[in-house]
Amino acid sequence: MRYDIFNDKTTAMRIIQKIRSFSQDVKIMHVCGTHEQTITKNGLRALLPENVKVVPGPGCPVCITPASEINSAIQISRQGAIITTYGDMLRVPGTTSSLAKEKAQGGDVRVVYSPFEAREIAMRNPDKQVVFLGIGFETTAPMTAHIIKTAPENFSVLCSHRLVPPAMELLLKGGYDIDGFIDPGHVSAIIGISPYEKICEEFHTPQVIAGFEPLDVLMAILMILKQIRNNTAKVENEYWRVVKPEGNLQALRVMNEVFEPCSKEWRGLPVIPGASLKLRPEFSEFDTEKRFDLTPEGDACGTDCPMCGSILKGISNPQDCELFGKLCTPENPVGACMVSSEGTCNIEYRYGLSII
Amino acid sequence: MIIMMPSVIYTLPIVKNNMCLAVPARVTQINGDEAVLDYGGVIRKASISMLSDVNVGDYVLVHVGYAISKLEEEEALETLKLWDEMMRAAE
Repeated sequence: MRYDIFNDKTTAMRIIQKIRSFSQDVKIMHVCGTHEQTITKNGLRALLPENVKVVPGPGCPVCITPASEINSAIQISRQGAIITTYGDMLRVPGTTSSLAKEKAQGGDVRVVYSPFEAREIAMRNPDKQVVFLGIGFETTAPMTAHIIKTAPENFSVLCSHRLVPPAMELLLKGGYDIDGFIDPGHVSAIIGISPYEKICEEFHTPQVIAGFEPLDVLMAILMILKQIRNNTAKVENEYWRVVKPEGNLQALRVMNEVFEPCSKEWRGLPVIPGASLKLRPEFSEFDTEKRFDLTPEGDACGTDCPMCGSILKGISNPQDCELFGKLCTPENPVGACMVSSEGTCNIEYRYGLSII
Repeated sequence: MIIMMPSVIYTLPIVKNNMCLAVPARVTQINGDEAVLDYGGVIRKASISMLSDVNVGDYVLVHVGYAISKLEEEEALETLKLWDEMMRAAE
């Protein structure tokens, strides 16, 4: 299968010419770190006219995991449990420490690529408590749910999963002047189109589900601009080669069987109603928060840089932050947006023009 | 020959630090809920329990060790054709 066909320069320039024919001032937000990666890595912003702004929203699950939840994982690690989580999570700052620092001081913190590995670690260490710090949006929550259903007794999940559509609603209610959304392609592969349609109805905001090649993003921008010009607001699916209208029903079924929505704070954002997941009472025996004696500690933002919140809301650019590239770098992140390769500051640091 | 050490079955080193990234791969073998996938030369196993109707030779998108969606080459080509028509119509 060829992947370069969505990378074609001639088609890109044709789309850009169409985009340039729009004169209205427009602010489009995307809510996926991989979209930010595509835009910055390929220099797409430099090709767009000044009146069309594309800003990153809270689309990186690593960045929005609050310090208080990292603090909980650290507390459990200090009680002697094995902590397993995705690699990006190790350097996310808690209030006074991080999982990487705990590991350096002898804590048993292990990086996994899949929750399968976390379960395997639990099976191999039956005399130890093994905790999986489960983070991510709808793209990883079904997998955590699937593992919980077949987990051994010594396995539990510290659930930090979040849901995307309620966060989009919050941003629209917050008056950030968002004229359209590029919807995240792989979250949509799981949840389908209907959750976005509710947002369209309520806020009359054009949306396009987009893939992750340069042409996907450019086409999504053009489709949103067309909707704005025609004064329509609907959910269009540019990524139909992957995203089916109904989503992935098997994944949704297992996610809804094990998890239910709850309201927790996000790093840089307030408590968002119904935008987090917790284990249903039937699965509470695998809930780390119930199994361990935890003292809630710290707020959402820990010792972050002051700009994280406004960067996650698409109000500020990484360059607006005085720590960016100086005190705060991927090797030594101060704020969570610099940690993950999906974080806005990390992407700007690696590919952005401001660094040259 | 595929060496399947239990601890590395679901490990894909290139994306070890990036749980957000979905990686395309070709299905080369199916054993129940598990499939052996070819990521452009790197051979690994992944779960296909969240997809139905997966066949050997299909391309799938893999996210943290699970195939989440089938990639349809025909639909990809059709998308480009539609875009071309759309832009021609507007010219």
